[in-house]
Amino acid sequence: MRPFTYSRATDPSSAIKMLAQNPNARFLAGGTNLLDLMKEDVERPNALIDISELGLSDIKPIAAGTNQGGISLGGLGKNTDTANHLLVRQNYPLLTQAILAGASGQLRNMATNGGNLLQRTRCPYFYEVAMPCNKREPGTGCGAKEGINRMHAIFGWSEQCVAVYPSDMAVALAALDAVVKVRNADGQERSIPIADFHRLPGDKPEQDTNLPHGELITAIELPKNRFADKSYYLKVRDRASYAFALVSVAAALEMDPSDESGKRIKAVRIAMGGVAHKPWRALKAEQLLVGKEATDANFKLAATAEMADAKPLEHNAFKVELGNRSIVLALQMAMNGGKA
Amino acid sequence: MTNHGMMDEHESSELTEDEKRLFADLMPEDLTEILDTGVNRRHFLKLMAMAGGGILAAQSAVAEQLMTRPFNESGPENPTSDSLENRVDVSFNVNGIARKLTVDSRMTLLDTIRERLDLTGSKKGCDHGQCGACTVIVNGHRMLSCLTLAASCEGKTVQTIEGLAQGSSLHPMQEAFLKHDGFQCGFCTPGQICSAVAMLDEVKKGHLSYVTQNVRQPAGPAKLSDEEIRERMSGNICRCGAYPNIVAAIHEVHSGKPVEQIFRSV
Repeated sequence: MRPFTYSRATDPSSAIKMLAQNPNARFLAGGTNLLDLMKEDVERPNALIDISELGLSDIKPIAAGTNQGGISLGGLGKNTDTANHLLVRQNYPLLTQAILAGASGQLRNMATNGGNLLQRTRCPYFYEVAMPCNKREPGTGCGAKEGINRMHAIFGWSEQCVAVYPSDMAVALAALDAVVKVRNADGQERSIPIADFHRLPGDKPEQDTNLPHGELITAIELPKNRFADKSYYLKVRDRASYAFALVSVAAALEMDPSDESGKRIKAVRIAMGGVAHKPWRALKAEQLLVGKEATDANFKLAATAEMADAKPLEHNAFKVELGNRSIVLALQMAMNGGKA
Repeated sequence: MTNHGMMDEHESSELTEDEKRLFADLMPEDLTEILDTGVNRRHFLKLMAMAGGGILAAQSAVAEQLMTRPFNESGPENPTSDSLENRVDVSFNVNGIARKLTVDSRMTLLDTIRERLDLTGSKKGCDHGQCGACTVIVNGHRMLSCLTLAASCEGKTVQTIEGLAQGSSLHPMQEAFLKHDGFQCGFCTPGQICSAVAMLDEVKKGHLSYVTQNVRQPAGPAKLSDEEIRERMSGNICRCGAYPNIVAAIHEVHSGKPVEQIFRSV
């Protein structure tokens, strides 16, 4: 690991100022991804600002503002605490499941909510400094595009980058229309809708997110919704646990109370993981399902329509059919309260 | 004359530039560390292995010098300050003992407890957070010491495998692993046991897992099934494949009742 200075931040505003002053400084929270990347010489900060003791970890109802009635998750709250918090399990069980689908017990005890959002891709070409990678070293090319790309993107990739974004938590947040609250060095707060937080690679794959250097994620807000009765996070991976997704689907349904059959869909949210450079909101499938009956046939139509836009690479064409079936299964399980 | 006196004699002759180059070729990763802090047991074993293979025959004088340097020439907790590029002072409690150290900012908690505090129970498996062999309990929560900076442990309480037993009586989880043969080579075992102890605390607090049915209920899972244990322990890899025995050991500690060992494919 390269040498770096270490400092413990005592309050958010001085921490943000310290970060903003040094383009090669990084915040250290859980450290589970950053330290690994530093050991691999992928990340090379010359200063770490430890923000893990700053607080900003409360999980609480939102009393005022646009997301009133929802809840706020502290940016430095631990993934374990977030997943297990009663407000989260009872009102946003989709988020609980997604967090618990990721990593291991030890890692979730360390990882923070803000840090989870800022996870970097696990593309092996990004990790291996001897390989070309436009994300790690802009202009060197993409090793994965013509290389081994079984784990890579089928939506939204560019000639410069075919990596996928690894977080499970963020896939649920995308389905739940979360809002990321950030603060800059001048103390100004702003809100970034989750859909605009992560980027597609385009010709700037080195930029994972639209969060500029010098800003801190203080909280993640979840608006109130009626999806808690019918939601499910399905994760398909190479082994049963402790592996990144090949494909994952966050599905949430709200039925129309005025419909006598109880089968008409009033609102639906579908987001996918493991298929793109950001959580992939399946808007086409959602549009096809609103106002329709929640039947297997309609689920299949919606899934097929969504996956028709997929552009697989040499080794990951299986993800198209897998995504198709996963959307259907996740919707079925959401309808059945988590049972297949 | 004491052994210590003999070591001082050898110490007086520094390595020549040629000798340093020879060692850089043999052990590029370790050379700086050896020159800065002296030989520890790991280097010693490595050197012995090389010497056994005849590799070191031509450099026996150098080997002798390195091997006979005192392990703790300035005390493991206080190495010579010149060797630390970015010094960080950290005070924390390890297995009930208050420790005050000055560390290089890059030191992980794992390297600190192993190399500076001589607590070598915690193992370095992958060093990348993928195997769980380095699992320790920090402020009551299981964590990976290989992805934790020692500098970030200020004021924290760390429990390692060495801190689980009460005097000569083993922790129930240690007893259960012995009884159920919860290991073969034993390398993952300290991490497995620390992880299992803290995992049962999580269960007691009602924590959920990905396989818990109905996550909306306030209490945790009604029953700690095999499936629940496997999911919750999935961060600890056992390449010998002692999983059924590990699951049995954890069941026994959780239930407080003897558990029969069932051998079957998973």
